[in-house]
Amino acid sequence: MPSRRRGASGSGGASAEGERELLSAADLARTVARVAHEIIERTAPDGGTAPVVLLGLPTRGTYLARRLAERIGEITGAVVPTGTLDPTLYRDDLRLRPTRALAETELPPGGIDDAVVVLVDDVLFSGRTVRAALDALRDHGRPRAVQLAVLVDRGHRELPIRADYVGKNVPTNRSEDVAVRLVEVDGEDGVSLR
Amino acid sequence: MSTSTGIGLRHLLSTEGLRREQAEALLDTAAGMEQALTGRAVRKLPTLRGRTVVTLFYENSTRTRVSFEVAGKWMSADTINVSASASSVSKGESLRDTAATLGAAGADCLIVRHPASGAPHRIAAWLDRVGHSHLGGEGHVAVVNAGDGTHEHPTQALLDAATLRGRLGRIEGAHVAIVGDVLHSRVARSNAHLLATLGARVTLVSPPTLLPVGVGDWPVTTSHDLDATIATGPDAVMMLRVQAERMHGAFFPSAREYAVRFGLSQQRADRLPDHAVVLHPGPAVRGMEIASSVADSGRAAIAEQVTAGVHVRMAVLYHLLAGEDVA
Repeated sequence: MPSRRRGASGSGGASAEGERELLSAADLARTVARVAHEIIERTAPDGGTAPVVLLGLPTRGTYLARRLAERIGEITGAVVPTGTLDPTLYRDDLRLRPTRALAETELPPGGIDDAVVVLVDDVLFSGRTVRAALDALRDHGRPRAVQLAVLVDRGHRELPIRADYVGKNVPTNRSEDVAVRLVEVDGEDGVSLR
Repeated sequence: MSTSTGIGLRHLLSTEGLRREQAEALLDTAAGMEQALTGRAVRKLPTLRGRTVVTLFYENSTRTRVSFEVAGKWMSADTINVSASASSVSKGESLRDTAATLGAAGADCLIVRHPASGAPHRIAAWLDRVGHSHLGGEGHVAVVNAGDGTHEHPTQALLDAATLRGRLGRIEGAHVAIVGDVLHSRVARSNAHLLATLGARVTLVSPPTLLPVGVGDWPVTTSHDLDATIATGPDAVMMLRVQAERMHGAFFPSAREYAVRFGLSQQRADRLPDHAVVLHPGPAVRGMEIASSVADSGRAAIAEQVTAGVHVRMAVLYHLLAGEDVA
């Protein structure tokens, strides 16, 4: 099942005729490459003063973080540590829904103290997941700086949060779903709106 | 993919009747809790902020009560301990009134240990009937059985299962021998049901006088010969404490004879397969049901059981209290 950041109406019923492709597999690869270049430009992982760590938010952010680290490695030769951070236990909407399963949390062995941490997620919507991730991060250590990279920014923020790196800005209706598919989870790459 | 359907748990009163997917969700969440807390300076999660957990213990306990309290505190719940001897119970207040009072005072969860089998079930039924009548509360009060008489101790079974999963990698298909005083053991009953639900093969090994009536209906096989069971190469041996405080009759001739026939001596432990795990719910009576050298050996997972206990209880509190109320 692809990742769907549902609209607030929660209806989420995807009608087959309403599906629109936002990124093809090739577009997605190019977008990841571009964001990798932007991260290199801003953080200089191959000679900057602070180490860079990419932390993905499960499920798809984790794989995007690994892809970004791979591209950064190919371009600069620098080894960028990656990890995964599950913000579920820090969410502010737990009481509004049935309990969720927990996802993986695994920080790189070197930790995050004094590193530039780039949080990576597939879709930026209300900003609440990112807020929870920032709180979780604080309990794991004190990074020198925290940045945010997302594949798709679909708007409708409910908190004062913005992304430092955006793959694609997509104006959406609240009731629409942005479905991100990755080979590692879904067997194919692509992003669509329904 | 993370689901948002919840696991449909309102109370945790027994492992009998717990569905396999519920049990596995609890174990997965416990593993997630362990992961969320490893290597951190601050062992505190905000998940249960503003929720109140009350432990109501009518029997002595150190490890279970502390384990629940730590689990609650690590998730930022307010935890309050009520012991029967220091409360209005000693003035003659009934179980029902005590439970209703704690519910009305704002408890979101009652962790109950009681010498009478079934007491937590009664409390859960009473509180469900009272429902939303108390002021200011959320309505539903979740009840967790922390041991009732000789009936069940579900979180102990869950932590044993979590320990076995950690050591063996899987529970499905594993052969687990539960040895000793099955008659008086809520741990044995909870484990027998949970392990069977999770796909393990369970053998109860006990003197005939210490097997409960009706054990024929349990999903287990029984044996009166520990050596014969060890010869079959079990993946895990769970030693039960001999509960002298519940024995009001002659169940076996002497402690020495019990130790000889049903104790896990070093010689017996040496005949177990290399990978076999030894569990004991504690507190262990060394020299009686388990030799000191075995309890301190690498096979024994007694310390891991205690650690797993906190994570399992965090998982239980998470599923009972973190999400929206289950109708």
